[in-house]
Formats: sequence, C-alpha cells, structure tokens
Amino acid sequence: MKRQFFLATMFVFAGVVTSLADTDAEVNARKNALDVAGAFTNDGFKLRDGHWCGTLKAQDHALIAVNLYAGNQYWFAVGSADPVKKIAVNIYDETGRLLTTEHYEGGDRAAAGFSPNDSGQYFVSVDLVEGGSSSFCLIYSYK
Amino acid sequence: MLVRGRTALLLLPIAAGVLIGAGPAKLAPDQMAKAARTDTITIPTPGELFAALQKPGKPNWTAAYRAPIPTTYKNRAQLALNLGGLIADGFIAVEAQDSQQVKNIGSDVIKLAKALGVSQNILSRSNSINDFAETNQWDSLQEELEATQNEVKNSMQSHSDQDLVILVSIGGWIRGTQVVSGSVAANYDARSAKLLRQPALVGFIQAKLNDVSPELRNDPLVKNVNDQLTNLEKLVTFPAGKSPSPDDVRKVNSVVSDLMQQIQHKPDAK
Repeated sequence: MKRQFFLATMFVFAGVVTSLADTDAEVNARKNALDVAGAFTNDGFKLRDGHWCGTLKAQDHALIAVNLYAGNQYWFAVGSADPVKKIAVNIYDETGRLLTTEHYEGGDRAAAGFSPNDSGQYFVSVDLVEGGSSSFCLIYSYK
Repeated sequence: MLVRGRTALLLLPIAAGVLIGAGPAKLAPDQMAKAARTDTITIPTPGELFAALQKPGKPNWTAAYRAPIPTTYKNRAQLALNLGGLIADGFIAVEAQDSQQVKNIGSDVIKLAKALGVSQNILSRSNSINDFAETNQWDSLQEELEATQNEVKNSMQSHSDQDLVILVSIGGWIRGTQVVSGSVAANYDARSAKLLRQPALVGFIQAKLNDVSPELRNDPLVKNVNDQLTNLEKLVTFPAGKSPSPDDVRKVNSVVSDLMQQIQHKPDAK
C-alpha cells in the first residue's frame, strides 16, 4: 500500500516537473484517476505506466482505442477536476457495441472493469455527464 | 466479479450512489475511426500479453529465453528495435522469476540506451531494476521495466528522435508475439491461441511506421519490417470467437521469428 502511494505520488510529481504544459487541472485529474486505480492494485492489478489526458466540454465525450487480450481482467479509471460534477467510463467492442461492465462512479472520478472474451480492439469512452468543461485523465490496470 | 476483498472496501466511498454509465448503445463507424490512438495506451506491453498467456497454465518461461544479442549496432533504427525486444526479454525473465537474467537484460538495456544517447535519465532505473531483482520484487520489476521503456521513449521525443519511438514498441511487440506463438505452437491451446488475434494493433503500428521520415522508412531493415507487418496483419486476423489453428499459429511464429533474426543480426558480430 505504501509503495502504491509512493508510486502515485511520484507519478504525479514527475508529471508536474517534466511537463510544464501540464495544467493544475490536468495534474488533479491524474491524481484522481490514480486514487481510483490504486484501489485495484490491492487486488493484484498492475498499473500501466501510461496515461491519456485531455479536456472535455459539457455533455461531450472522448474516445480512445485500446488493444486488449482475452483472459486478462481490466479496469479503466478516469479522473477529472473542477467544475466536473459527474464523469463516466464506457467500453465498446470493435464493432462499436456498448459492453456490460462493472462500474464505479464517484462524481469527478469513475471506473469500468471487464474481462474481454476476444483479444483485439476495444474503445474506451470518457463521458462528461454533468458539470462544466475541464481536464480528464485515463489510466488502466490489468491482471 | 472483478473486485473483491480490500479493493471492494476501498471503493465503497466511491461506489456510493452507483450508477451504470449511460453511454450511447452503439458507436458510429466514423467515431471509431476518429478515436484517439496513442503509443502508451493503444499498444499493450509485453507484460499484458504474458499475463494473458499464463491464464490457462504456466508456460515454460525459461524455454523462451534467447542467447544474448549484440549491443553494439551502428544503425539507430536497429538499436531501437532491439531495445524494444530486450525489454520484452526482461518481462520474460520476470515471469520466470529469474533475478540474474533480469539483471543481465537490464544491463544490456542500458548499453543499448547509451548507444542511442538516452541513458542519462535511465541510469537510475538500472539501479532500481538491480535492487528489485536482488529482492525478488517481481511486480515492482514489471512496473520498472515499463517505466524504463517509457523513459527511453520520452527521451527520444525530447531529442527529436520521435520516429524511433514506434520502433521500440514494434521490437517489443514482435518479440512478445514470437514468444507467445512459439509457446502455443509447442503446446497448442485454443484459448492461448486467441491471444494472437490483433489485426487493429498491427494496423495501428503500420500506420505509425508509415508516418516516419522517408529516410527512416527506406532503411532496409525498417522497410522489411514494414513489408512483413502487411503479411502479419493477415495472419493475425481471425473472426471474433474463433481460435487460429495450430498451423496458423506456426505461420505467425515463422514470420515473427524470421523478423527477430533480422532485427538482431549483426554481420560483424563475433
């Protein structure tokens, strides 16, 4: 647990010092995403050392393609910052069909987890459900 | 059920007022075409691939080892491809829980990184890899290997070597695919064979490769890798739900093994 906290802290700190372009909102969004993802590492999930950040307008969504392996379990965690009130994560298969996943929602942070039946391409959608335009950050973990 | 025990407890405050995310039921083709694709999220690590490979049963990881490769290539594209392959070797050694092999590979990774001029930032990573290997911290080693790879890529980007970044990813993917196809070919299992289904990933890698400078694209080794990716894309395209046959798996293994030979070949290596 200490190690996960240390990693999360260093991750955020590294982001702050290495990228002057990072805004406070983006750093906060990343920290919120790591807060959620950190919980899954206690259950054996390994956190990918990569993230995808951007900005979202109200009622808008952002989409990213991922390539996953059948047999693994995945959690996609997203964090955002003020003035976001509610954000959601949804996962679609390669044909664009919405998948049934486990969901956690906590206002400015959310997560979706599932185990793909087929290896291949999937799409992760980050939806700003309620609140104003702000930064978001997506990270994922697997086991 | 993906979450249990402590994780479920930790998520309780988050899950308060749980709602199922309500996105559109179907994405339009143009939405999928315009979806973001990035090196760090869209391309899985060898660690993810190997995690899935061992679900049906633990493979013989030490059988996947290869002899040490040269670390003195002159060609920067070849250095980058081999760096990705070596990091995949590191993941194999971690799965085998072989601390000496991890240290040996970590040392070679630093040599290749030095040859690429990106070693300054990753020397500390080398120390961490050795420390974690000494104390058998296998999960931490996986994180450290991926972090090392990302640090090399970040350094390449900041030194205007961004074209080499995709080559590191390609090297890792080819080596990982060689190991998985070799393992499945040697001991066929339909579930494990499904891991080879990655047409979109190969398509993405090839699209990135087509975006590099003409000079790099025309490098004979890079050109050959690019040509073989076209062939590989067909070989890793199977309908969803269907496993490739043992013969299909052997064909994939043959192509990627041939590619790895070319990538690691050094004419004057003694």
